[in-house]
Amino acid sequence: MATYIVRRLFQGIIVLLAVSMICFFLFRFTGDPVLMLAGKYATQEEREQVRQAYGLDRPMHEQYLRFISGALRGDFGRSYVSQIDALDMILERFPATFELALVAISISFTLGVGLGVIVSIRPNGAVSRAIMAGSLFGISIPTFLIGILLVMGFSVYLNLLPPFGRGDTVQVGFWRTGLLTVSGWQHIILPALTLSGYQLAVLLRLTRAGMRETLSEEYIKTAWAKGLSPAKVILKHALRNVMIPVVTITGLSFGELIAFSIVTETIFQWPGMGNLLLTSIFETDQPIIVTYIMLAAFIILSINILVDLLYAVLNPRIRYE
Amino acid sequence: MNREGGSVLKILKSRRMQSFLHDPSALAGSAILVVFLLAAIFAGALAPMDPYDLTKVDLANFLLAPAWMEGGDAAFPLGTDDQGRGILSTIIYGLRTSLIVGLTVVTISSLVGIILGMLGAYYGGLLDAFIMRAADTVFAFSTTLLAVLLLGVFETRGLFTVIFAICIADWVRYARTIRGSVLEIKENAYVVAARASGASDRRILFRHILPNALPPIFVVMAVDMAVVIMLEATLSFLGVGVPLTEPSLGMMIAIGKNYIYAGMWWMVVFPGATLIGIVVGINLFADWLREELNPKL
Repeated sequence: MATYIVRRLFQGIIVLLAVSMICFFLFRFTGDPVLMLAGKYATQEEREQVRQAYGLDRPMHEQYLRFISGALRGDFGRSYVSQIDALDMILERFPATFELALVAISISFTLGVGLGVIVSIRPNGAVSRAIMAGSLFGISIPTFLIGILLVMGFSVYLNLLPPFGRGDTVQVGFWRTGLLTVSGWQHIILPALTLSGYQLAVLLRLTRAGMRETLSEEYIKTAWAKGLSPAKVILKHALRNVMIPVVTITGLSFGELIAFSIVTETIFQWPGMGNLLLTSIFETDQPIIVTYIMLAAFIILSINILVDLLYAVLNPRIRYE
Repeated sequence: MNREGGSVLKILKSRRMQSFLHDPSALAGSAILVVFLLAAIFAGALAPMDPYDLTKVDLANFLLAPAWMEGGDAAFPLGTDDQGRGILSTIIYGLRTSLIVGLTVVTISSLVGIILGMLGAYYGGLLDAFIMRAADTVFAFSTTLLAVLLLGVFETRGLFTVIFAICIADWVRYARTIRGSVLEIKENAYVVAARASGASDRRILFRHILPNALPPIFVVMAVDMAVVIMLEATLSFLGVGVPLTEPSLGMMIAIGKNYIYAGMWWMVVFPGATLIGIVVGINLFADWLREELNPKL
């Protein structure tokens, strides 16, 4: 087990290095950072000064080494636009994105697994058919459209919930949270529903498929024959085995969650990392984009390793060599 | 009866065709797809106007309501957008973009994915390790995130860039699927027999292994088509997809979003419904194909 973890960590580091290299060279070959830093109207002399000040006149490999050693110390440079430290700028936005993702995952996990179990118990009932038809729509509506339709329904026409922003926030230590105020909860409902939509439908279908297979197994028949209560058979015996792929998929689709958080944050003007990324793309603010990519890669790889370990906990038969 | 009529009858009577004809949701899905496909192909003849021909668009017609509502104009059945382009025409042209991107990406990434996955699984070793590590990394990032990031880095915007960015992220689905099948198939007795009889690697791969590894790929292709069409719409919605001068359902919705507070719902609802319709159509067909080709998947 320990060797397995070390190997996974080692692989993770290699992937991060590869990502950093691709990032670095892509940016060097698309667009001129000197032009960004000095401005369009700078004279030739000013440009030369900038080139030297930022080390952009050095050979490629030397620049890359500088970039990497800076990155290891958490120094990704400053935003071209605001001149603020890139990592600080993104980390300041992190709590907003994290809380949004957390609420969204909670919704999609509870509803997805819950509805999946209900559907698998009575597959041909009217309720089940309605839920399945709904899930087909769930995977067929792109996230951005869910968001806009929710805004149209709940903000424009019913006037029930606020259509943008994060509401009132409270500073707790270094963390700025919106989950401790009524207005914060009102503001998070629509974006969280939007973000959970796709994953909810996927988890529902996965749970249903897994439950249908498991419920026809011999040991489940034995459990019924023993006279166990339905709750015990379904929740303890069947659902437990279904949870393995469900947890795996939730973890592995973390990249998707980050991607859709960009879309959701844009629609609801949620002050998170995704929103910052998109603004930075339009302003070609390279340090911010690079930092975002590296941070996303780091989070995704960490989650993947965690899922692998969780996998072993859920299924004791799995042994990593 | 002539020979051709006979063979058509034979296809109609085949088991697979019968199962298709008796599945109402598969039929409904295919019907939607055929209608949309025809509309996209004959866009020039069908659309009331060419919304991307600047000489035909009149700014004076901006923000008209659908024809049956107050302030509507019979020339624009579903109303107009803020540039005076007819919504119905824009939808038909946008549909064409969706289908072009969907079909091109599915074709290119399935070819690349099938070849890389098959070679990796067949030869194993370093080649396989390298391809699969790359695939794992791309998969972890997710197609959507990777496409957004790539398009954020690229300087140029256009249909080609969008297709390119999605392909880089998308081949992985096919490589992973085919790899699993090939690993299983290459241990079969008939493959071993073919090798013992002196068949070349190429013959074994393309004549013996590939045909048996393809059915799951067809299911992936169908599902992927839906995913890619949604992705193109998402990218264009975010503003990193096709440029403003090209038609796209996602872009129409992005424009319409600015007017929902003014009660002008038609700029979002009609393109949105079209997008949902085409994706539901594909998914209904994909569901049938999955049951048909691989009940276990």
